[in-house]
Amino acid sequence: MTAPVYKKKDFMSDQLVRWCPGCGDYSILSQVQTVLAGLGRPKEEFVVISGIGCSSRFPYYMNTYGFHTLHGRAPAFATGLKVTRPELSIWMVTGDGDALSIGGNHIIHLWRRNVDINVMLFNNRIYGLTKGQYSPTSEKGKKTKSSPMGSLEKPFNPLTLALGAGASYVARSVDVFTTHLRDQLQMADTHRGTSFLEIYQNCNIFNDGAFTSFTDRAVRDEKVLYLEPGKPLIWGPAEQRKGLVLKGLRLAVVDVGEDESEIIVHDPSNKALATWLAELDGSGEFPVPVGLFYKEDRPTYDGGFVEQIAEAKEKFGQGDLNRLINAGDTWEV
Amino acid sequence: MSDSTQTATNVVIRFAGDSGDGMQLVGGQFTRTTALLGNDLATLPDFPAEIRAPAGTREGVSGFQIHFADHDIFTPGDETDALVAMNAAALVTNLARLRPGGLVIVNSDGFGSGDLSKARLDHNPLEDDTLAGYRAVHAPITTLTRNAVEHLGLSTKEADRCKNFFALGMVYWIYGRPLKPTEDWLTAKFSKKPEILDANLSALRAGRNYSQTIELFQATYEVPKADFRKGRYRNITGNSALAIGLAAAAQKTGQTLFYGSYPITPASDILHALAPFKQYGVATFQAEDEIAAVCAAIGASYGGSIGVTGTSGPGVALKGEAIGLAVMAELPLVVICVQRGGPSTGLPTKTEQADLLQALYGRNGEAPCAVIAPRSPSDCFATAIEAVKFAVEGMLPVFIMSDGYIGNGAEPWPVPDVASLPDITPGFRTDPEGFLPYERDPETLSRPWAVPGTPGMEHRIGGLEKQDGTGNVSYDPLNHEHMCRVRAEKVQRLQRFIPPIEVHGDAEGTLVVGWGGTWGAIRSGVDVCRREGLKVGQIHLRHLNPLPADLGDILARYDRVLVPELNLGQLSKVLRDAYLVDAHSFCKIQGQPFLTREIADAIRQEATR
Ligand code: SF4
Repeated sequence: MTAPVYKKKDFMSDQLVRWCPGCGDYSILSQVQTVLAGLGRPKEEFVVISGIGCSSRFPYYMNTYGFHTLHGRAPAFATGLKVTRPELSIWMVTGDGDALSIGGNHIIHLWRRNVDINVMLFNNRIYGLTKGQYSPTSEKGKKTKSSPMGSLEKPFNPLTLALGAGASYVARSVDVFTTHLRDQLQMADTHRGTSFLEIYQNCNIFNDGAFTSFTDRAVRDEKVLYLEPGKPLIWGPAEQRKGLVLKGLRLAVVDVGEDESEIIVHDPSNKALATWLAELDGSGEFPVPVGLFYKEDRPTYDGGFVEQIAEAKEKFGQGDLNRLINAGDTWEV
Repeated sequence: MSDSTQTATNVVIRFAGDSGDGMQLVGGQFTRTTALLGNDLATLPDFPAEIRAPAGTREGVSGFQIHFADHDIFTPGDETDALVAMNAAALVTNLARLRPGGLVIVNSDGFGSGDLSKARLDHNPLEDDTLAGYRAVHAPITTLTRNAVEHLGLSTKEADRCKNFFALGMVYWIYGRPLKPTEDWLTAKFSKKPEILDANLSALRAGRNYSQTIELFQATYEVPKADFRKGRYRNITGNSALAIGLAAAAQKTGQTLFYGSYPITPASDILHALAPFKQYGVATFQAEDEIAAVCAAIGASYGGSIGVTGTSGPGVALKGEAIGLAVMAELPLVVICVQRGGPSTGLPTKTEQADLLQALYGRNGEAPCAVIAPRSPSDCFATAIEAVKFAVEGMLPVFIMSDGYIGNGAEPWPVPDVASLPDITPGFRTDPEGFLPYERDPETLSRPWAVPGTPGMEHRIGGLEKQDGTGNVSYDPLNHEHMCRVRAEKVQRLQRFIPPIEVHGDAEGTLVVGWGGTWGAIRSGVDVCRREGLKVGQIHLRHLNPLPADLGDILARYDRVLVPELNLGQLSKVLRDAYLVDAHSFCKIQGQPFLTREIADAIRQEATR
């Protein structure tokens, strides 16, 4: 059978998109529609599952199957669907509040179980839909309506949290890095297991400019490290290239000339390296890395789930209702 | 059998000991043997909440009661005819249930000064007049068991583990039960541990021989077979009947039955029973919490499987929001609530019926669900199938309100003929022509079940209010009211499946209305009063939402309506609300089932009011 050919507009639903004008979600929606259209999979096999929040309106705008579920619980719905319908391609949309606050317990279990779905976490470091309270990824000291004197909470780092919870695939992109984002979505789709993609997303209403310190065109080149497997960890404009090296057991920044031999080569199978890179936040001389941090090939939960059922059927034969209700000690009267 | 064998029509025995003494195990063995002999029976396991409360204390006492008879019985019995007490704590916590003149077998080795102090006794009840008025048999069961297994050279600890089988052997002899079923069971269980097998068999036989030789017992008892309807029977607990019923529903529909659950007393046994049923189309998922369990079940239903979640009252409280989503998304869902004492953590191992209003109303917004309740352990089988049928054909959530008493209790179950099980017809839609996600069947008001993977029918659902028909998000005020009414009406139309109510007893006088696991006690109490000449009728509601169509007429026929419940009057509120009937509550909320005598007293009082 030849793969179906779609255009982006085949993945656009007839519903009016209701995000605020200028919201970063528009760009993400557009990249997702483009990427899914090009995957060569029948459209009916895609399911978009979301929780609650601005980002979670996403399914309504996708012309695929979609389920807008409960605040924080999307991983559980996705798990129930995937283990019973493993042939489906499930894309989960969540936000920093949805995934890391109210849904924290579900996302960590999704990561450790390694259910084969793609997770996009739109991190805007604020609560948008409820109009501007600090979120679990807001920086400490953030002044919002619910924290007029500044938030007292240390934020979560979604990537180190995912790595700590045993996620098998951890990556990051940015709403405005459209090409990079499309590549990352495509790569996430090829991973077997929970593909976790954090997407920095600008909320221009309640947290405008949260990421401009490294996403602005003027500074982007100086601050962003594009992670590429097998390539040295080098960033910066041509004449001021910088690279990451190991000094003792810490990462350090060096200027890079002709000789790149001492620069660390990116290896996404190295969890220690992934964790170090995930800790970098652009402070001081350090860059903000984007791209694939970590990838590990290990059995999926849904794969094992289906295998056990097949194994039981093989061992005991297809169940038979008569045998079932007559099992155990019976007696005749 | 002894020379002085007496025939008894029914007997109630209670095994009581420390939770580590294996009382549930020998209770189960006695039940099995008794079932195989063809007696009717009902059992009541009664165990402490702690897995191992300190040994020898009153809190650590575990009991197992069995009532067996040569006729139909409905309860595990009010009073016991015989009590086996393995230590001082077991004796003092269970003696009140022994009838005057009843038989009490005490393990006199369980009454040392340490045992007495752990049982908070300052004197030895075997040495004063505590047991006056009973037929007491003092047997040094621990010592006798050690002697019986001496030839095997086991450690004292291992030897003492067999004393429950010694006690069982004694009781088998008294009630004329053969050892063979238990011997066979032990042989199968310990085939790889010949020493343990030998020890338990030796203890069992020694117990029987001891009973026979000491001649302490004035008589042994024979309880003839009950007059069962012809057919094949098996003994079953409510929790396993639910599990088998769910698997049967999966087989009937050919769909996967997905059971999402988080361990909770007293519902965990359903998960344990379903987990090995994979070959029957059952998929089980032990979730990270109660909420994930129900959400995963809804996710499975969305994909075309039968989503089921099982829990107890505290879990239902956590699942409320998700159940509301199933109402809104109009997807099938079965929620099993094996009720226990509440509120909060309450009495986890004890029974109660105080979650009825939670099932009916415990969600935000107008979120009606169907609610049905099994009346006995074996009835759980048919209830499970009915719940799946309602959920799948009505595209809505259905509660099964079991309770700890019927969940753990056992009774003989006439194994049904597979052909007689109801058909379940899922309304899958695969034709994209003119498809609307919320298009309604004019009869049932159900929407089509259109599952991901079906070409040409891509659509979005969710918890936001829907426009009827298209299923698009809608904030239209009139549409919201319309949808709230449609969702309620959809539940109401399940009345089409409800047969006319069966009235037991008289068509006038006092009507006793119950629901759920109290059926047996109410039936026994009603029959006691009718034998006394009172005019009493009984109806027992299986359907709590929707209520049966003929309920109002039946209520109106009686002078008085009495509603016994193990709560503070929840069904009576519902009846008063729906029918403006002067229903009187009879409530008990002690974590224990009704006794026949309590029901009979309440009926007598109501009848003379
Ligand atoms: S509130 Fe912020 S995140 Fe939400 S739609 Fe508006 S801009 Fe986007």
